[in-house]
Amino acid sequence: MRSPTAAGWIKPALFLLCLVPAINLAHGAWTNTLEVNPLETLTHSTGTWTLRFLLLTLLVTPLIRIMKAPVLLRYRRMLGLFAFFYVLIHLGTYLWFDKFFDWQEIWLDIQDRLFITAGMTAFVLLVPLALTSTRRAQRALANAWNRLHRLIYVATTAGLLHYFWLVKADYLEPIIYASIFGALMLARIRRPIAVSASGTS
Amino acid sequence: MLIRVPRRSDEKESAVTDPEIYRQRRIFMQQCAAGVAGLAGSLLVGGQAQAGLTIGAVQSSPYSTDEELTPMHAATHYNNFYELGYKKEDPSRNAAALITEPWTVEVEGHCENPGTYAVEDLVPVDQLEERIYRLRCVEAWSMVIPWLGVPLSVALKKLRPTSQARYVAFQTILDPENLPGQRRAVLDWPYVEGLRMDEAMHPLALLTVGMYGQVLPNQNGAPIRIVVPWKYGFKSIKSIVRIRFVEGQPPTAWNQATPHEYGFYSNVNPEVNHPRWSQRRERRIGEFRKRKTLMFNGYAEEVAHLYSGMDLHKYF
Repeated sequence: MRSPTAAGWIKPALFLLCLVPAINLAHGAWTNTLEVNPLETLTHSTGTWTLRFLLLTLLVTPLIRIMKAPVLLRYRRMLGLFAFFYVLIHLGTYLWFDKFFDWQEIWLDIQDRLFITAGMTAFVLLVPLALTSTRRAQRALANAWNRLHRLIYVATTAGLLHYFWLVKADYLEPIIYASIFGALMLARIRRPIAVSASGTS
Repeated sequence: MLIRVPRRSDEKESAVTDPEIYRQRRIFMQQCAAGVAGLAGSLLVGGQAQAGLTIGAVQSSPYSTDEELTPMHAATHYNNFYELGYKKEDPSRNAAALITEPWTVEVEGHCENPGTYAVEDLVPVDQLEERIYRLRCVEAWSMVIPWLGVPLSVALKKLRPTSQARYVAFQTILDPENLPGQRRAVLDWPYVEGLRMDEAMHPLALLTVGMYGQVLPNQNGAPIRIVVPWKYGFKSIKSIVRIRFVEGQPPTAWNQATPHEYGFYSNVNPEVNHPRWSQRRERRIGEFRKRKTLMFNGYAEEVAHLYSGMDLHKYF
């Protein structure tokens, strides 16, 4: 994957940039500046960053088309894996700090609370995508890989529902994220020919 | 798009409340303190005596818990007060948007003494008590806060409710010009709450004007609010401008917004499942481990009889 022609520093720089929210949170946790309820701040922030990285991942394909820059494809996997990185922390904060690994309680939560059901669904759907993100898996699965990775649409939808159902009254932020997701989906539907063209390239 | 990390410098009190408003209210509280100390009138307008807005010589109460207090900074910077913004840190940042001077409370409905009252009329300064109560939010966190006030029953008795008054309804200030949270219909403004008459007359229900020995900060519901410690926090309505004695169960803000989640009673009850939060446990702010939530927030001995014979799963 290393190309001597493309600017070699972009990928490491992007990698560090994607880590900034995590570093920020770690620093905040260390210095105890994550507001009054740090565990809540940690949970909310990692959840929001998961959603943002999912949307950034979904932005790549339309951006390739609009900018006619197929080179952008090489950054998509990293963005997707960062979404998974943040969802792992997000889930971890819930399992540990909220439920203290009380599996019975967690199972009740998944059944009783729709927003937990949706969130867990989103996570479960992201697992196979992360596992098959290697070049080898991509080659082995061939066309099936593309079909499998369309699960990101379902996972993002579940993630958005998770957000909507968790909010008490102020729906502004989930509406903004859902609108961006809608726009990114529309960008795919509008030019089906271009989609298949970039898909095969 | 970086996440916001708060700086220590964001938290200056001067940024929270207009100093002039603070100054005027300090004078009021000094009058209170003076009244309690039996020195009424001697400290009234002394300009330089304002340094401490601490209220001394307040009666303590057998109803107080001896649990460790939540730090004042936490109790004043982690608030649900949607009128001042929808995020926990918003109310302290936007506190100056709540104009508390002048302030009057309209009293109406089935009572012998309706009319317009000043805060001081409703909260007799010589009866101020400190009550250290547990506060349990429906969002499964809790605090321990020392409030200053008088039993709500003291004020209500003065208004002489008639036998037709079966409930008492409260209303928060409506001021969308100034209150940033009221510019969007996130709730059906103004915020309204209510109690059954026997709940309101219960000695635990407190009509509150201060906390931590000081005047209520705006973000905590200045200048006058109630505190009903056996119910979820949203029942303890803030910044009250209207009290109305009514016959039928009055509408309440969160119940109107989401009826199946927030009932009229909203007593703290670990057995009643909530669609968002398990109510079995709670996080005391500042603690890592969660603790078990107690029936009626630990006040069962005092209040359980109010609900004897009621199906609390139905009347949640």
